[in-house]
This record gives sequence, C-alpha cells and structure tokens, in this order.
Amino acid sequence: MNNPPELDTFLRTDPQDVGCDKAMEVLHIYVELVVSDARAAERFPGVTAHLAACGPCGEDFQGLIAAVRGTTS
Amino acid sequence: MAAERRASDDLRMEHRDPESAEWLRKLGHGGRERHEALTRLHELLLRVARSELQRRNTLLRITGPELDDLAFQAAGDAVTAINGKLAAFRGESRFTTWAYMIVVREVSNKLGRHFWQHPEIPFDAENWDRLPDAFCIRPDLEAETRDLVAALRRAVDEQLTERQRRLFVALVLNGVPLDTLVIEYHTNRNAIYKTMFDARRKLRAALVAGGYLDDNDDDRRRT
Repeated sequence: MNNPPELDTFLRTDPQDVGCDKAMEVLHIYVELVVSDARAAERFPGVTAHLAACGPCGEDFQGLIAAVRGTTS
Repeated sequence: MAAERRASDDLRMEHRDPESAEWLRKLGHGGRERHEALTRLHELLLRVARSELQRRNTLLRITGPELDDLAFQAAGDAVTAINGKLAAFRGESRFTTWAYMIVVREVSNKLGRHFWQHPEIPFDAENWDRLPDAFCIRPDLEAETRDLVAALRRAVDEQLTERQRRLFVALVLNGVPLDTLVIEYHTNRNAIYKTMFDARRKLRAALVAGGYLDDNDDDRRRT
C-alpha cells in the first residue's frame, strides 16, 4: 500500500536529528548561512533534519528568516 | 580590572562586523549611549515581534490590543534576556540576528502560554475520531485505510509509555501546541520532542511489523 503522506512524515525519524536544544543554539548562525546561500544544510545536516521534523523549531526558523530578510531588504 | 575586561571585549569585537561591535560597545559601556541603544533595540525587537505574531496569525484567534500586548511582552522580555547575557554573544552571527532569534523564541513562549491560559479543549480529552483528520486520512475510502487507523490507535495504546501516550493525545488528537505542553508539564521543548521522537519510532515500527505501512524508512539507509 502507499503510505499516507502526512502519517508517513509524522512517523519518520532521522538519526541525524540533533533535537531542539542543539538546533536552537546555532539557529542564528544557521539562518545567516541560509540567507547568504552558504550551504547551511551541508554544514549543519542535523539542524536541517531537526527543523524539517520539529514544528515549533521550524516555526522559529521561519520567523527568524522572515525577520532577517525583512530588516535587511 | 574593568578596563582590562573592556579591552579584552574590544579585542574580541575587532573580529565582529562593525555594526555588531557598535551594539556591544553601546550596550556594554553604560550611560546615555546605553540607554539609547536599549531603546533602539526594544523598537527593533517590537517590530520583529509584531511581524512574527502576524505571520503566525493564520492559526491564532488573537487580535487587536491583546496581540499588541503579546508583542510588547515578547520584546520587553527579549531585551531583558539580551541585557543579561551579552557576554554569551560570541559574534558567530550579526548581533541583530542573535537578538531577533531571542525575540522570536519569546513570541513562541508567549503564544504557548496564551494557549495554556485559554485552552480550546482539555489537553487530555480523547476524541479518537479526530485521528484520521490529524493525518489527512479519509477512512471512508478503503478498508485498508480503516485498518491502518485502527492499528495506529492500537499501537498508541499498546506500544507507548503513559507519558508518550499522553503527549500523543495532546499534540495529535487535541492539537495542543508543543510550547503549551512545555508550560503544562513544567518541562522544556527538547524533552517533549525527544519523548515524541521515541514514540514516533515505536509507532512506525509497530505499523511496519503489522504490514500496515510500507517499510520505506530512509533511516535504515542512512545508518
């Protein structure tokens, strides 16, 4: 059978996922790399994995991206 | 001693971008410059807090003065936090990016507390009819899908610890924000995430073992 996509995404866990604390420690650095297109995912694969899986941290990431872009543009 | 510390700070600031160094100089040296810098920082963070609350407003029912009050609280608490840990800023990003991160986190905290104070449904209500909706599954379509939903509920009951089950019910069935559960259970975001991370692995393994999900888990290919 085809796995329902929403359920499949929810249940999928990535062993590289660093968790909330470590992701939040470097979020400001990560965001600047993302904004400058400096291969953030390559440098911080565990943070990338976490932000894709954790709703609240993902929201913080999107919010910080918006703040940085909004104030630098 | 203070001068030596200041010199040391100034030396470290040489490696930072000029704007960040200027923020640190003004905030660290006291007097009128410091007061003006704090005022400007508050204005900047208030603007970010308002934008962030509006950005998240598709899910919120907070409007008008209440929304603005949350923005002021978030900006004020962020300025206090930044003021208390200036020494923790290591210059790995621009100062403003670091400061924005702190106010964005404050917005998350404030929203979590808001939902904790105004819950739409009890955190521990168990409306299992919501399970298919939570994952955009239409159980009316196929017996196979109905079986999957039943198996998932069974796995939640049989495979999860009491704490994992309680969090699953709150987060998935009742849609309680994770930051609200942080307040309810006097814990932190990481602890809840880790508990749910383990729960998700258990549920997936149970559904795959029962033949309800395809075993296309990328985890095993990565490990």
